[in-house]
Amino acid sequence: MAEPGSNRAPETGAFFQRDRQWHPAAFTPNYKSSVLRSPQKALLSFDNTLSELTGPVFGHAMLGELDNDLIHNFARAGESAIGERIIVHGRVLDERGKGVPGVLLEFWQANAGGRYRHKKDGYLAPLDPNFGGCGRAITGEDGDYAFRTVRPGPYPWPNGPNDWRPAHIHFSVFGHGFAQRLITQMYFEGDPLIWRCPIVGGISNKAAVEALIAALDMQATIPMDALAYRFDIVLRGRRSTLFENRPEGN
Amino acid sequence: MAQSLDQLKESASQTAGPYVHIGLTPNFCGIGGVYQSDLGSTMVNSETKGERIELRIRVLDGTGTPLKDALIEIWQADAGGLYNSPAELRGAADPNFQGWGRQPTDMETGVCLFQTIKPGRVPFRDGRLMAPHITLWIVARGINVGLHTRLYFSDEEKANAEDPILARIEHRLRVPTLIAERQGDTYLFDVHLQGEKETVFFDS
Repeated sequence: MAEPGSNRAPETGAFFQRDRQWHPAAFTPNYKSSVLRSPQKALLSFDNTLSELTGPVFGHAMLGELDNDLIHNFARAGESAIGERIIVHGRVLDERGKGVPGVLLEFWQANAGGRYRHKKDGYLAPLDPNFGGCGRAITGEDGDYAFRTVRPGPYPWPNGPNDWRPAHIHFSVFGHGFAQRLITQMYFEGDPLIWRCPIVGGISNKAAVEALIAALDMQATIPMDALAYRFDIVLRGRRSTLFENRPEGN
Repeated sequence: MAQSLDQLKESASQTAGPYVHIGLTPNFCGIGGVYQSDLGSTMVNSETKGERIELRIRVLDGTGTPLKDALIEIWQADAGGLYNSPAELRGAADPNFQGWGRQPTDMETGVCLFQTIKPGRVPFRDGRLMAPHITLWIVARGINVGLHTRLYFSDEEKANAEDPILARIEHRLRVPTLIAERQGDTYLFDVHLQGEKETVFFDS
């Protein structure tokens, strides 16, 4: 089935192999929780089957009006979340540089003081009664997305005796195939905590870390209202099906 | 120098962290009123075709302790073996079955439950049929890159014996780590992240 209203055939090529040297390893002992939660045996590799090439589709109809507005989607009428008002925007691309349209992005974060609305978070910084911390969006035709929120604060966590997470927003991204499924974190340009963080430090390649740092984007700000950060996300690309669109027996 | 291939690198994965529920199952963790319901929490309705089953999944760390802060997504074919996806070119899947579900592990017991249907068989790349299976994707605090594995069914011995993916597992003693045990209409599946009974995880 092609996308509704489109005469483009869906792409069916297998996804590029993940570069596991670029991603963090499973076992990154400075991030203590990974020690007992990392597989020790080698992963079993195989080329994508239909089970990895296919993936769920989410329609725009599921989105509520405020799903991409964290400043207001949990706030009482007439009120808004406290903090540095920002717009986060960018594109979801694949490794071939093509925009990935129609995919669901979900994001979550702490409030401006670094406190999460979660019963397991006991940090003494207070909750903001007008801030929930979740949002979602579906990419447009070019893979573009945007949401507004408040900039999250850094927070301490029980890893080393004095570890602090840099300010960050968690992103969950679907692609067109389940093999593209990705969760990552966005960091903010210039934050000195980034290079001290054991979770970030699980990524050994500096360029791979830099690709998770959103740039201040003055061109996308709204004067007297909100600053803006640009964050592009890259999903696995896929082989063109030059000679493999009719696998034997299929 | 040859021409540049000009390819981008995939964004590096990071852990979902302990508060993954805020973003992916907000109603489950008490953030009501933002979304009507948690996405992926209901997979079947009265019109869905196929045998109703329950999956009862736990994820255990290297000490055998169940993770109470993990989140699992599943992806599967419908009862006829078709995926509800634009990349499915063999026909139209059951419109009453999306094939995707998402559940957190219970914060007290670590048990994760899915109400779904048993999937039909799907062809491998060369046309041979794979055994019925469900793809699992597991994220949690301490897991840097989401883990990919499959759940196969203990009452599909013949199909499992000819499954092309299971056949690739060199260490045959590890094959049972991918097979869920049937008890009535429930399948029990323990995912061991490490150790002697470590589940086979995939890079595909």
